[in-house]
Amino acid sequence: MLIRHTPAIASTDITDPQVYAGRRDFIRTLALGLGAASLGLAHGAETREGRGRPLANLRSSPFSTLDDKPTPYQSMTTYGNFYEFGPDKDSPAKNAHRLRTSPWTLTVDGEVKSPKTFAIEDILKWAPLEERIYRMRCVEGWSAVVPWVGFPFSELLKRVEPTGNAKYVEFWSLADPEQMPYVRIPLLDWPYVEALRLDEARHPLSILAVGMYGEVMPKQNGAPIRLVVPWKYGFKGAKSIVRIRFVEKQPNTAWMKAGPDEYGFYSNVNPDVPHKRWSQASERRLGEFLKRKTLPFNGYADQVASLYAGMDLRKNF
Amino acid sequence: MRFNPDNQQLGQIKIALFAICLIPAIRLLWAAYTGDFGPNPVEFVQRWTGTWTFNLLLITLCITPLRAMTQMHWLTRLRRMLGLFSFFYAALHFLSFIGFDHDFSLDAIARDIFKRPFVTVGFAAFVLLIPLAATSSNWAIRQLGGRKWQELHRSIYLISILACVHYFWLVKATALLWPLAYSVAVAMLLGWRIRERRRKAIPVPQFQNAKPLKFFKQKPE
Repeated sequence: MLIRHTPAIASTDITDPQVYAGRRDFIRTLALGLGAASLGLAHGAETREGRGRPLANLRSSPFSTLDDKPTPYQSMTTYGNFYEFGPDKDSPAKNAHRLRTSPWTLTVDGEVKSPKTFAIEDILKWAPLEERIYRMRCVEGWSAVVPWVGFPFSELLKRVEPTGNAKYVEFWSLADPEQMPYVRIPLLDWPYVEALRLDEARHPLSILAVGMYGEVMPKQNGAPIRLVVPWKYGFKGAKSIVRIRFVEKQPNTAWMKAGPDEYGFYSNVNPDVPHKRWSQASERRLGEFLKRKTLPFNGYADQVASLYAGMDLRKNF
Repeated sequence: MRFNPDNQQLGQIKIALFAICLIPAIRLLWAAYTGDFGPNPVEFVQRWTGTWTFNLLLITLCITPLRAMTQMHWLTRLRRMLGLFSFFYAALHFLSFIGFDHDFSLDAIARDIFKRPFVTVGFAAFVLLIPLAATSSNWAIRQLGGRKWQELHRSIYLISILACVHYFWLVKATALLWPLAYSVAVAMLLGWRIRERRRKAIPVPQFQNAKPLKFFKQKPE
């Protein structure tokens, strides 16, 4: 826009001191406004609790990946999805301090001979804790390498007896609006329920994790106990589990209800089956700038591909 | 008494505004210097540049209403810089998309533009910004002539709507608050212009019920 400004104004006309002083206020307001906006947008999330209690005598596992460098602890505890605590990547780190992880019980029911409720202190004594360094691939296209601490899901099967009807396992997350503010908002159909086929759950790679980085599980990562299934997209790993239910029919999970054409029951990492809105062919490791190729079953094809022999994985995505 | 800067003061304001508009870019340089882009560096860079493109676009669109309301006409003389900064951050945004997402592979970029609707819309908005940035100089305005120049630059209204669509389309259904807030701002800024246009329009005489004028009592020979 070309508007010539004429400076030919008598100085007496412009030296209203109040207004003259006001120019600084104007600039200050503008600067403050922009500064505040930039602060608000800078995701300077930090963990409120610092590092957690260390877990001793961890066994190493042959299932750990050795060639991938673990993602920094700081990244894994400040970036992630845990919708019960908010929709942004840094919401869990900001809000999960409200979670009360003690006392905590886990109820196992459904198609089992006798339903049982276990206290978390007892669960921790079930089996020697192992460190499992796994790749983690989020359905959104980012990935990480996490040293989880836990034990195989099959340890649970030793303590409850599923009936012959049990074909699937559901994992129910806590949904307490007092501790989880966003459960009041219908972002998803609460409680968060995920599920596996029984043979998937039984697979030695499937673990119930109670810690990571050699420490007790941080609240924002799903304390005190969560599921980790490394060949599936991250959202399959239900966090802060309070109930495990064995069922006969294939369950409708929280994400399947939210987007049936976007999130399938299996949700195995598959570079050849794109999400409806984006490609899954590549992924970006946290901390890295360039993408890398996504591997079928997140690189665990040798161990798990046989679970899906004869299945059309495009249909059963 | 309205604040009306002389040329020297306006120059100072412009320098200050230039420095302020550079703050988001300095934030990125700082992140590069400390190596701390947060857990997901590319997401941070893309959101940061996208957000500041939109922020500066909104501030640019605020100039005309602000000027009309305060009668501070000199505000218009800040508009070009704000618009160009919006383009600057849009260019960084686009660069991070073609570089980080596609490694500058033309084939992959083209496919992505066709495949993902929010990319299509964002790309369209960026392409439309280019002629506006290119015709921002006084020389270009003179070449085009004021009226043509103004007509061309009205495409900023379309661009702002495309920016809203782009923003809505890229977020998850669970995070609609921010795109909603930006869209309300755009709706208000465009709505004000529509209202002004209506208010300033010269009333057109109503002919519907008028009888035809008769100039001759008799049919002329």
